[in-house]
Amino acid sequence: MPRELLKGNIATAEAAIRAGLEAYFGYPITPQTELLEWFSERMPALGRTFLQAESELAAINMVYGAACTGARVMTSSSSPGVSLMMEGLSYIAATEVPMVMVDVMRGGPGLGNIAPSQGDYNQIVRGGGHGDYHPIVLAPASVQESIDLTVLAFDLAEKYRTIVIVLTDGSLGQMMEPAELPPMQPVHRRQPDWAVTGAEGRERRILSSIYLNPEEEEVTNIRLLGRWNQIEADEIRYQEYCLEDAELVVVGFGTAGRVALSAVRTARAEGIPVGLFRPISLNPYPIEAIKNLSNRARAMLVVEMNSGQMLDDVLLAVSGKAPVEFFGRLGGMVPFPDEVLAEIRRLAHEPIAPNGNPRRSWMKRLAIAGN
Amino acid sequence: MVTDIPAEIVYQRPEAFTEATTHYCPGCTHGVAHRLVAEVLDEMNLREKTIGVASVGCSVFAFNYFDCDFVEAAHGRAPAMATGIKRVLPERVVFTYQGDGDLASIGMAEIVHAAARGENITVIFINNANYGMTGGQMAPTTLPGQKTTSSPLGRDVEQMGFPIRTAELLATLEGAGYVVRRSLHDPKNIRLAKKALRLAFEAQVRGLGFSLVELLSTCPTNWGLNPIQALHWLEERMIPVFPLEDFKVSPALSQLRIS
Repeated sequence: MPRELLKGNIATAEAAIRAGLEAYFGYPITPQTELLEWFSERMPALGRTFLQAESELAAINMVYGAACTGARVMTSSSSPGVSLMMEGLSYIAATEVPMVMVDVMRGGPGLGNIAPSQGDYNQIVRGGGHGDYHPIVLAPASVQESIDLTVLAFDLAEKYRTIVIVLTDGSLGQMMEPAELPPMQPVHRRQPDWAVTGAEGRERRILSSIYLNPEEEEVTNIRLLGRWNQIEADEIRYQEYCLEDAELVVVGFGTAGRVALSAVRTARAEGIPVGLFRPISLNPYPIEAIKNLSNRARAMLVVEMNSGQMLDDVLLAVSGKAPVEFFGRLGGMVPFPDEVLAEIRRLAHEPIAPNGNPRRSWMKRLAIAGN
Repeated sequence: MVTDIPAEIVYQRPEAFTEATTHYCPGCTHGVAHRLVAEVLDEMNLREKTIGVASVGCSVFAFNYFDCDFVEAAHGRAPAMATGIKRVLPERVVFTYQGDGDLASIGMAEIVHAAARGENITVIFINNANYGMTGGQMAPTTLPGQKTTSSPLGRDVEQMGFPIRTAELLATLEGAGYVVRRSLHDPKNIRLAKKALRLAFEAQVRGLGFSLVELLSTCPTNWGLNPIQALHWLEERMIPVFPLEDFKVSPALSQLRIS
């Protein structure tokens, strides 16, 4: 396939179509709406299912129903809409049916704004809905990676009968850059032995999330956890940049990671031994890889477009073995490479404070800078 | 002594029923409604083509009784879930079985839009004027003045509003092909209810759009009445508020003769 100039949201939607998406259910919300619009034209033209639901609540429950038939199915939304979908995600996780969701994050909390943000990290990575479950979360940092991870998402969802969330943001969704789409796959309806399709010539099947007997619910929870252990063992993904000899390690995902990479390259040109670690699977989180880096790093810097939600995972992985600092932009603000570069220079040239509270020391620096 | 009278089966378990023992309270009409649905599935030979969607409420375990594929929806979301199934399996028959709290309160948006889209599904709607499973709280269908555990002095319409006539409301939507209300309080009405359920499934099989049968039902346990008193209460109190009528019947259905 040739490389084309593609917009993130549309590339993501087209990637899903080419991955054999059979049904899409969604609701308009900026900055995600191009996905919905693209599907509204393409899916019926291909004889596949597109439906604009009356709400995100309805959309996710339509996904739930379609997923129960074994169809390749997805939805997409942005932060406030994703909050509404949390009910359905919990039921879908409990029923162990595969589905894919794309969350094009925007500024919040509340209605917030339509600018890029990473404020949904906790809600998405920690599960968001009620009860004990673990979705796979993949975080692209380019249009190409949005395409590739969306295709992968369907395979992982079906392999593990789980929810896979592609976590992008308003910047990745709206930007245009050259990328290559995968070849078109036809819809091929899988016939998994759990799908409800009508009990024709076989025993009936029931898909539910209710286990009134706590002993049975515990067995279900343990089964889910067992599958999650397998996912943790096999599905960790991350990218390393200039880390071979790095003394300073920057950690950032998605857009923040991409911005940080620009800063890291400039710093390298200045002779600062710094590298970037970019987690791609936010769940399962690359804990071991970060732990190994922290054993030899002089300091770590976490860069996010939120108040340090992934920072907590880095702190757990580092466990005090290296000082960790934080730099964030919030509320829909995207950091400039220069801002991250200033932090890298500070860590390279100034004495590094022993372990404190990275969020508080960052806020102190903000106050000194007059923000 | 005459011994050679041939045995004739006059009553038996519908094929679409499992052998599960009922969990419903004595005198509750859920069992009657279940049986009627199962008989219709048998008559139309639909058991192997049907996917049921159970809801949240007393009928949360409806899937235990029907010998067909089933899913269990979140509270109020059965029409959305049924939509998802029907859209990818349009040749299958999909029905939801929902109570009044589920359908007319928390799930009002989902049912209205399923009807508005003309979603080709069948909805069995049990109206027993209260939330049964959680112990008899006020529902959107609770009658003015009716005492429940959350309207202990009776439903005060000044504070708590008026009961919702769901079938009438949904019948205003163009996507609805068949919307009627029936009652389960005596044999004659049970026969009429059965016929309505048959027509509702016929509507779906014929692709006539959204079909819904609202069934007035008793809840003796939460109403604080014995089963006979409950049947009388339904007839005397509920029917004046919830009239037993055809609110929308697609012309293609009104021609249909069912033996």
